[in-house]
Amino acid sequence: MPSIDIAVGTAIEERSHHPSMVSLFLYNAVIWNPHRIHFDETYTTQVEKHPGIVIDGPLQGDWLAQVVTEWLGDDGTLVEMEYSNRRACYLGETLRAGGTVSEVNRETGTISLELYIKNERDEVLAPGRAIVKLS
Amino acid sequence: MNNLLTPEIKDWVGRSDTPVRLEVSRRDIQKYAIATEQQVEKYRRGDEAPPMFLFNAHSPLVDLDQLRPDGLTVDALLPELPLKRVMAGGVKNTYHRPIRPGDQLVLTRTLTDIYEKQGRSGPLIFVTYVMRVETEAGELVMKETRKRIFR
Repeated sequence: MPSIDIAVGTAIEERSHHPSMVSLFLYNAVIWNPHRIHFDETYTTQVEKHPGIVIDGPLQGDWLAQVVTEWLGDDGTLVEMEYSNRRACYLGETLRAGGTVSEVNRETGTISLELYIKNERDEVLAPGRAIVKLS
Repeated sequence: MNNLLTPEIKDWVGRSDTPVRLEVSRRDIQKYAIATEQQVEKYRRGDEAPPMFLFNAHSPLVDLDQLRPDGLTVDALLPELPLKRVMAGGVKNTYHRPIRPGDQLVLTRTLTDIYEKQGRSGPLIFVTYVMRVETEAGELVMKETRKRIFR
């Protein structure tokens, strides 16, 4: 529950994601992304030399936004978010999104969060950061 | 290093492409919300767009025979690069007001940087785009800074 009294270091609730071929297909259709590494396994492994169908970087960014907006509820708004795709992940993997409170600013009524997408080996695939403003 | 980027390539920094105009529909928000498994009700109902809803929304709509062999759309705001394979690099968004059904938006994209780095398995070229999203009246809705990586 976000409040201006929240302690720096507080973890927000994690959420895990296990994309399927169908969910990835729908995501790429809805953002109009025809890149074959997200649906054509033969092309992906033989031409672009990935070990499997690639889970979109911006989908991981969306998961970071979701973990923040679910935590935030109706108590405020997301004003800024950034993330960096550092490592790839592939269809079949389970990823999780989470974060911790890194700064509380009582003057501006804002809370900063450090965010992450991690894989099952606990490696950070996409570190991120968000600022929310309490209402 | 620093030998992949010719002056002709660097000359693209600062260029913009033709603004893209779009109307936000409730149904498009709902489709996005389902595909990304949103749990927040205002997104599921399509009352408001989730924060990453406009990712790739500027993409030109071209016929199928205009797609590259990798499936991607030819980007008119990209010089010919010596590296061809594309990866997502990351995003920074600032949000100024919610996006709702019926919003008429103008998306203006500028190529703001091109640089190279040595990656784990070879050279990489990073291309940075800034996309301003405004209403038809010129009110700033959001700003997206997006990096694409070529390997």
